[in-house]
Amino acid sequence: MTDYDYSPAPEARTIARLRPSYGMYVDGNFTAGHGGSFETVNPADEKVLTTVALADATDVDVAIKAARRAYENVWAPMPGRERAKYLFRIARLIQERARELAVLESLDNGKPIRESRDVDIPMAAAHFFYYAGWADKLGYAGFGPDPKPYGVAAQVVPWNFPLLMAAWKLAPALAAGNTAVLKSAETTPLSALALADIIAQADLPPGVVNILSGGPETGEALVAHPGVDKVAFTGSTEVGKQIAKIVAGTPKRLTLELGGKAANIVFDDAPLEQAVEGIVNGIFFNQGHVCCAGSRLLVQESIAEETVEALQRRLMHLKLGDPLDKNTDIGAINSAAQLKRISELTAIAESEGATRWSPPCELPSAGYWFAPTVLTDVTPAHRVAREEVFGPVLAVMTFRTPDEAVAKANNTPYGLSAGVWTDKGSRILWMSQRLRAGVVWANTFNRFDPSSPFGGYGESGYGREGGRHGLGAYLAH
Amino acid sequence: MTVMRSAGGEALIKDVGRDDVTMRSFLRGLAPVDQVGVEQRAAMLWSRSIKTDSKQWGLDTAVSMIDLTTLEGNDTPGKVRTLCVKAVHPDPTDPQCPRVAAVCLYPDLIADAVAQLAGSGVAVASVATAFPSGRASRAVRLADVREAVAAGAGEVDMVIDRGAFLAGRYSQVFDDIVAVKQECGAAHLKVILETGELATYDNVSRASWLALVAGADFIKTSTGKISPAATPGVAVTMLAVVRDFAAATGERRGVKLAGGIRSSKDALRYLVAVKEVAGEPWLSPDRFRFGASSLLNDLLMQRMKLRTGAYSGPNYVTVD
Repeated sequence: MTDYDYSPAPEARTIARLRPSYGMYVDGNFTAGHGGSFETVNPADEKVLTTVALADATDVDVAIKAARRAYENVWAPMPGRERAKYLFRIARLIQERARELAVLESLDNGKPIRESRDVDIPMAAAHFFYYAGWADKLGYAGFGPDPKPYGVAAQVVPWNFPLLMAAWKLAPALAAGNTAVLKSAETTPLSALALADIIAQADLPPGVVNILSGGPETGEALVAHPGVDKVAFTGSTEVGKQIAKIVAGTPKRLTLELGGKAANIVFDDAPLEQAVEGIVNGIFFNQGHVCCAGSRLLVQESIAEETVEALQRRLMHLKLGDPLDKNTDIGAINSAAQLKRISELTAIAESEGATRWSPPCELPSAGYWFAPTVLTDVTPAHRVAREEVFGPVLAVMTFRTPDEAVAKANNTPYGLSAGVWTDKGSRILWMSQRLRAGVVWANTFNRFDPSSPFGGYGESGYGREGGRHGLGAYLAH
Repeated sequence: MTVMRSAGGEALIKDVGRDDVTMRSFLRGLAPVDQVGVEQRAAMLWSRSIKTDSKQWGLDTAVSMIDLTTLEGNDTPGKVRTLCVKAVHPDPTDPQCPRVAAVCLYPDLIADAVAQLAGSGVAVASVATAFPSGRASRAVRLADVREAVAAGAGEVDMVIDRGAFLAGRYSQVFDDIVAVKQECGAAHLKVILETGELATYDNVSRASWLALVAGADFIKTSTGKISPAATPGVAVTMLAVVRDFAAATGERRGVKLAGGIRSSKDALRYLVAVKEVAGEPWLSPDRFRFGASSLLNDLLMQRMKLRTGAYSGPNYVTVD
């Protein structure tokens, strides 16, 4: 008898409808722009997927002017109920083209199709649905009887959830009456351009949404442009600080969604089996490329040994490999640069005295891969306990008392998220009042909903996205 | 859970049935089960995609794990004969088709089935202990078991006293199981928890541990007479308990899911849960069973589809 190893169950690559080249979406048209083009590769095999038009400062200028015209002439004067119709249409088109978007996202980003299919794409549609509902109710959102949009929003999104982050940025901006110029990440431009295609299909007036591709220069030209009223950025703390400097002293509004080093805290009365699952979801979801990843496991010392054992047993079942296979749990690392950073920080952790463990798993020969890794014997003084790895690397530490758990969890310059695992409702409340984190999950981790605000403290940034709070980030009040 | 390993393993576990206080504190000391988490885990397992070779293996294995069941008031010797023939040759057109694991019947029909299945490799299982409610005196329930075993049943599916369990009289339930196990002799004992009546996952986990410590060879979800019967969340919970029990004692006991599993797709997904929660050693009829009737025909139709490339229809498989 053979065992029950899952035979390959890949999604067909053709579903993504990859084109040989992509333009930029400016003022309702796909154009070649002025900055030449660049290649985007599949991180799972390092092969070039397609070429994409690179936006330079001229293209940024054209896009912002188009957005300004659309803002003044069409979008801001339009009644909210009419704007809502466009947003509902975009949401429905995302659902209709969900499979195409999921395959495209997995090809360009390296994330498993299970995640793009079950999380990224449905959640992107949900954000448009949610904010569509707000568009004609802005006067009842708690920002005064007649809140006004800012104008033109410059939005820069990261590579870890390319389409979802674009949805997080665009949906509230558009619902509030702003127009937008959005720049996707250099390594993952494709799903945003597919979204541009959907926006064109939805017949959104030209210039309301403009989508550019490019690297740091494009991003800098965009946020520094004097025609911008509002800047929204999700990405690394390092780049966030640069943007804050550029924006400082201008009238531009700024929200920043930056890094994190979240603590996932497991008490000895926790539902252990589910906590282990939450630890796995916390750090290995999306290869750990998650700003709110539960990268520090704080486990009560009395159950540390059995928790790590149970975790290791669970990790033996994770399947690493082809992102398009429906049974893949761990996909590819997004880029060579990110793989290098993860490898370096993990090696440093080992040299500082941490014990490294990974389940036996064969890494594909081509592409960027990193086995899920558990580091035990980590102390708060280790670099891996302080710096964001942004990869599938878990640092395990222990605590003795609830006070110590809070002190260790808060001992970080970041403050984006935290998780608490305990069977005691009162302790969950006690902990959540003391944890300095924008999101505290109780007996779960990495769960999102469009109606729930998300954002951080300290070096994790400022401003909130999602929910009524997220709407407030795009309204003058 | 695994807590016990550090506290001294096997000796401690065998000891927890000693008195009510010990049993109670043991069961209440188990790690709690979070409903949202366990159902989320089940949903993830249910999203696995089983294709080609693994589908073929899964379908065949599922057939071989079936306890082909009829537990109706209108069961007759004729019905039992039909069932027994089907158990040995589920698909008369395909000699490669595995036989099922067992037939499962009321005690008064066991003798007929034993006579017919002798030497076939298909076991005969009898429900007993005043199935399905268990509402009878211990003497009557034990007599029920005695007769089933005397009639030749190789496996006994008993029900626990859910009333006693919900009232917190754990020792009474424990003693019942110990007594039935003794009455079974060499027969394998499956203990039906009737999870639909226990309602919470914490109760399912506690009843599972209680039954295993008392000597159950299998823990079984349901009688099939109560809804909900087997559910993904309950399956995940029980599979985790047999895994932890094996880690603590070195003994691999079985799980039987009964009631409500009708499609091949569901069966394949439950096998995913068996593999990923309990582990590969449980992917065997010795340690995992489906209590079912209509599931078999769906498995047979899916097997035909894989073999011939075309879907047939309900008239291409036999009625029971």
